Amino acid sequence: MPQAATPETARTIAQLICPTPLPAKDTILLGHGSGGKLSAELIRDVFLPALSNPTLARLDDQAIVNVNGTRLAFTTDSFVVKPLFFPGGDIGSLAVHGTINDLAMGGAIPLFLSAAFIIEEGFPMEDLRRVVNSMHRAAEAAGVQVVTGDTKVLEKGKGDGLFVNTTGIGIVPEGVELSADRARPGDKVLLSGSIGEHGIAILAQREGLEFESAIQSDSAALHTLVADMLRVTGEIRCMRDPTRGGVSSTLNEIAEQSHVGIELEESTITVRDEVRGACELLGLDPMYVANEGKLIAIVAASAADEVLQAMRRHPLGLNSQIIGAVKEENTGLVTMRTALGTTRIVDMLAGDQLPRIC
Amino acid sequence: MKYLDEYRDARIARALASEIVESATQPWVLMEICGGQTHTIMRYGIDELLPRDLELVHGPGCPVCVTPLETIDKAIELALRPDVILVSYGDMLRVPGSRSDLFRAKAQGADVRIAYSPTEAVKIARSHPGHKVVFLAIGFETTAPANAMAAWQAKREGLTNFSMLVSHVLVPPAIRALMVSASNRVQGFIAPGHVCTVMGCGEYEALVRDFRVPIVVGGFEPVDLLEAILMLVKQLEAGEAKLENQYVRSVSYLGNLPAQQIMNEVFEVADQKWRGIGAIPQSGLRLREEYAIHDANRVFDLVELTVNEPAECIAAQVLQGLKKPPDCPVFGMRCTPENPLGAPMVSAEGACAAYYHYRRHTVAS
Repeated sequence: MPQAATPETARTIAQLICPTPLPAKDTILLGHGSGGKLSAELIRDVFLPALSNPTLARLDDQAIVNVNGTRLAFTTDSFVVKPLFFPGGDIGSLAVHGTINDLAMGGAIPLFLSAAFIIEEGFPMEDLRRVVNSMHRAAEAAGVQVVTGDTKVLEKGKGDGLFVNTTGIGIVPEGVELSADRARPGDKVLLSGSIGEHGIAILAQREGLEFESAIQSDSAALHTLVADMLRVTGEIRCMRDPTRGGVSSTLNEIAEQSHVGIELEESTITVRDEVRGACELLGLDPMYVANEGKLIAIVAASAADEVLQAMRRHPLGLNSQIIGAVKEENTGLVTMRTALGTTRIVDMLAGDQLPRIC
Repeated sequence: MKYLDEYRDARIARALASEIVESATQPWVLMEICGGQTHTIMRYGIDELLPRDLELVHGPGCPVCVTPLETIDKAIELALRPDVILVSYGDMLRVPGSRSDLFRAKAQGADVRIAYSPTEAVKIARSHPGHKVVFLAIGFETTAPANAMAAWQAKREGLTNFSMLVSHVLVPPAIRALMVSASNRVQGFIAPGHVCTVMGCGEYEALVRDFRVPIVVGGFEPVDLLEAILMLVKQLEAGEAKLENQYVRSVSYLGNLPAQQIMNEVFEVADQKWRGIGAIPQSGLRLREEYAIHDANRVFDLVELTVNEPAECIAAQVLQGLKKPPDCPVFGMRCTPENPLGAPMVSAEGACAAYYHYRRHTVAS
């Protein structure tokens, strides 16, 4: 049966003459949670003006506050991953690793976590137990404790299974000073291994894509790797874990916050064959795919090799590479020297990466 | 990785580039048809490796870009109906219609889902008998067989709640339209490898013959494109006009016959509007009469409307190879991928978006 368009729709559409640009200011879109340009706009236009203070304004992965002479690192993160269980981890271990990593990127020694659970009515108790046990194992392995928590249950249909929030506290050792605005021309860019594994593992599981060997998430706690790196030098400017939005988004943020350019060398960035194959198939660029067990460090050129060696001695940094350098030119931009010797921009995405049509 | 590394090999690419430099003694204007090829050229900076007066202009082959605004408006209108589930390829969701896009419709409560394959939309129709499932079936000859298969399956199963909003375009009529245009500058074409994988390269013979223009079917990796450019330059320098196939690992003369068969069974050739270019006779596909109950344009009472593009957008000239994106006064200023004013800035594979993402540092300086 044909459906009649309402006169209302017909009239409003007929009034249109040309496509006006569509600013994303009226409603929240999925892209606002992507870690790309829309997320940055949301922070700049809504959160910062309302909640403004100098600690927040630094926009690092963690806040560092001074309490009676002790520098505390403080961070929070919510996890809404689907599927809840995936090769290489689950929402529980991911929540522990993610919050530890946000603390570690500020150079902090992580100590205590909170865990809050928002659960949909009807969620299987067995799955909740699996998640909580996995959190326990991840926390124990990392030497942190979950010391407080909260539970809320939503009516059936009002949530999507399970959401987890973790908050973490750690202590920043004397002399450690890391921030995304400290990159300087001449510094080197270090990356702790191959990219894109977490995002592709999740996508493959969610979409039922099968590959010859299952792609495992790289989800891992990075604080001991960070400690090893900080031990060799005081010349590390900044560390970030390239999660949502991938290596590209993280480097774009550093370039913008430090008012520098960053030039990458394409051949030094490692992508495992399975991940590359999946990305080719789906039309995705691994530079924008999430990682949960990798870090990027900006290091003074004089200390870069020493830090690189320290990273390669750690089990989570075996495939570390120097992937580029900080430049004076192209301020706020990340560029890449391609294998062919040409240069292109590595842009920040507006929202999530979308699979291409063909 | 096999079939990738050898086609991105820097040594081979540079060797081909220097052979092009040696072979080209005069200025030539070549067009790559497909947006995927434009994307590779920008991403790898292939044009930087070519002689200065060998010009690459970028063709109309981005399926997302050339989908008419009216189709997007219709898709949004359908998606907002409470009993409709609208299923689409992912990169259509961000494309602005005249006042919204599918992402915004989704935020307003529309049930919009991304599919990797149109047969997923058929599955959704099967499992949601109380809903009307509409698949936004767009693309070139590349996506047409899979889209046709979805309609064919739905018909066979009697899934009356499945329909397609079709906006299919064909490459050869677009090349013909470019060639007959008085302002045409293009002297040789790189034909789209994926389209030719389906259709074969045989149907390009007529264009070569009618316009005495060399056409080389090309792949999508840097080595593919450089080799295709070299083949075109050699033909032009020798005063030849032939159909050649660079993408032999995928393209045959006749193409994929079962794919063509299902296309023919489900679709028929029709006049089609291209966003940014306008109407081109016999350049699209529509569902045949036998598939009327799966044709969203006939199942739903949709408002027919005509929307004009902003006057300052030079998309038509860009898509015909008359101008380059940075020639546009609003490029990167008031027209960006976040707020596109015209078709080629819309999708990552559009020419303007490719320049914006990969090149704006050189454009600015």
